[in-house]
Amino acid sequence: MLTTENRLLSPRPRRVTGQNRLVLKSIVWILCLLPLVVLAYRAATGNLTANPISFLTNWLGQWTFRLLLTTLALTPLRVLLGTSWQLSLRRLLGLFTLFYACLHFSVWILVDHFFNWDQMVLDIVKRRYITVGMLALALLVPLAVTSTKGMVKRLGGVNWRRLHRLVYVIGMLAALHFLWLAKKGRTDQYLYAAILAMLLGIRVLDAVRRILRRRQLAHAAGTSALVRGSS
Amino acid sequence: MLIKLPPMFKPSEITDPKLYFNRREFMAGAAAFALWPRGTQAAAPPPGQPLKAVRNEAFSIKDQVTKFESATTYNNFYEFGTDKEDPANLAHTLRPRPWTVQVDGLVAKPKTYDVDELLKLFPFEERVYPLRCVEGWSMVIPWIGFPLASFLKRVEPTDQAKFVEFTTLLDPEQFPAQKPSLFGLSGIEWPYIEGLRLDEAMHPLTLLTFGMYGQVLPNQNGAPARVVVPWKYGFKSAKSIVRIRLVSKEPMTTWEKAAPNEYGFYSNVNPEVDHPRWSQATERRIGEFMRRKTLKFNGFADQVASLYTGMDLRKYY
Repeated sequence: MLTTENRLLSPRPRRVTGQNRLVLKSIVWILCLLPLVVLAYRAATGNLTANPISFLTNWLGQWTFRLLLTTLALTPLRVLLGTSWQLSLRRLLGLFTLFYACLHFSVWILVDHFFNWDQMVLDIVKRRYITVGMLALALLVPLAVTSTKGMVKRLGGVNWRRLHRLVYVIGMLAALHFLWLAKKGRTDQYLYAAILAMLLGIRVLDAVRRILRRRQLAHAAGTSALVRGSS
Repeated sequence: MLIKLPPMFKPSEITDPKLYFNRREFMAGAAAFALWPRGTQAAAPPPGQPLKAVRNEAFSIKDQVTKFESATTYNNFYEFGTDKEDPANLAHTLRPRPWTVQVDGLVAKPKTYDVDELLKLFPFEERVYPLRCVEGWSMVIPWIGFPLASFLKRVEPTDQAKFVEFTTLLDPEQFPAQKPSLFGLSGIEWPYIEGLRLDEAMHPLTLLTFGMYGQVLPNQNGAPARVVVPWKYGFKSAKSIVRIRLVSKEPMTTWEKAAPNEYGFYSNVNPEVDHPRWSQATERRIGEFMRRKTLKFNGFADQVASLYTGMDLRKYY
């Protein structure tokens, strides 16, 4: 009981030690680079469809969203399974999300529009799916900049956590980006949105449960103090 | 002092140990599923039955023709699925023979034609047309068929006939994506309905099409019979047609029903009228790197602009 309690309430995950940590991180690195390997393979075998630029944009966009969802799944996993080893991967997965987002954006800016700035500025202002996509990318930057241990210290845990709650906003912007760009007939955009809603929902439920618990504890402590006082 | 608290977890919330201990397999499976290239390598179909036709140079553009492989592996044909490679990968599920096309409505001579009878009615011609997709890409395709006008004159539309409605085959066995989607999320109703104003259908550019690239239409390109309306966005050119009906009122088309603010009845290619979510000013020609400027009426302004004199093309998009 006590251990579960500590695990759930402690803000810091239990450390994954030395060698395990190295193995774990290596696996995550490999997994995160796999979509690029597959992409390179498809490029080498001439399998990027008849419209490679569009394929590239979609592929990179989809993997950005998948990585973002994976990053957002780590905390709900702790709530559901009670494990905390995965929390040490948040930073790595978060940075990979930004990396893929930048690639996705680069293809759009460098290849798709080939520096046609007028058209791009028009797009950003006029097309709401592009507006929210750009916003999501922009919001990822401060999170990446403050992802180092030094920055956590400098900001202080409370501020840092407050800032990093932006990731929920980013998730919602990414979902909107996909929902608004998808043509009728497609359905996978709803799947992504549903998974995001589920991941955020678990957090909300967990937060509510904690608040209720804290109240109960406070109440129990209060009553016991009262009982002690009267005796 | 004993403090009694409700348990942190209900027993029902605890993951089944069996599942828990298999979590790595589950993750590996999920990863493999996610990484598996969807629609693995759509290959061009084997050469189909050849179809002879003389090129009608007066009705052909001079642009370089798109590679056959591209035209047959990168398709929008939502009855097969929404991925561009779905139609090529699932093309074998469609059976283009035996096939009939029912012609009815406001015509003096309604009849159900066997497709093999239909394609012999008039001599074939080849026409190289640009195909501009509403999504912002284009191809150049040598189609084979005859003017829809020739055929319509034969069935004799009555004076009340003002529009032509095309219906694509409805058969979830042959078109897998016509099966109901989860919670109806796809938002598209089958069968696919398209339509033209009678004068658009009678325009000499409008082609009743049975082949392309010197052979019969591959299934993914709308076999065995489709229309090609080169000055409109691609989706206006109905594929795998089973019914042509002459009507007095503007038909409600599939895309208009699915998203009325995005897809109008007319859907003429027009760089000045944007799709609500993206610009139509430019397009990517498949096989080219730089985007090119989209032409009004897809380059056929001289031939068709007169059909729309006095009409506000922003209103009738």
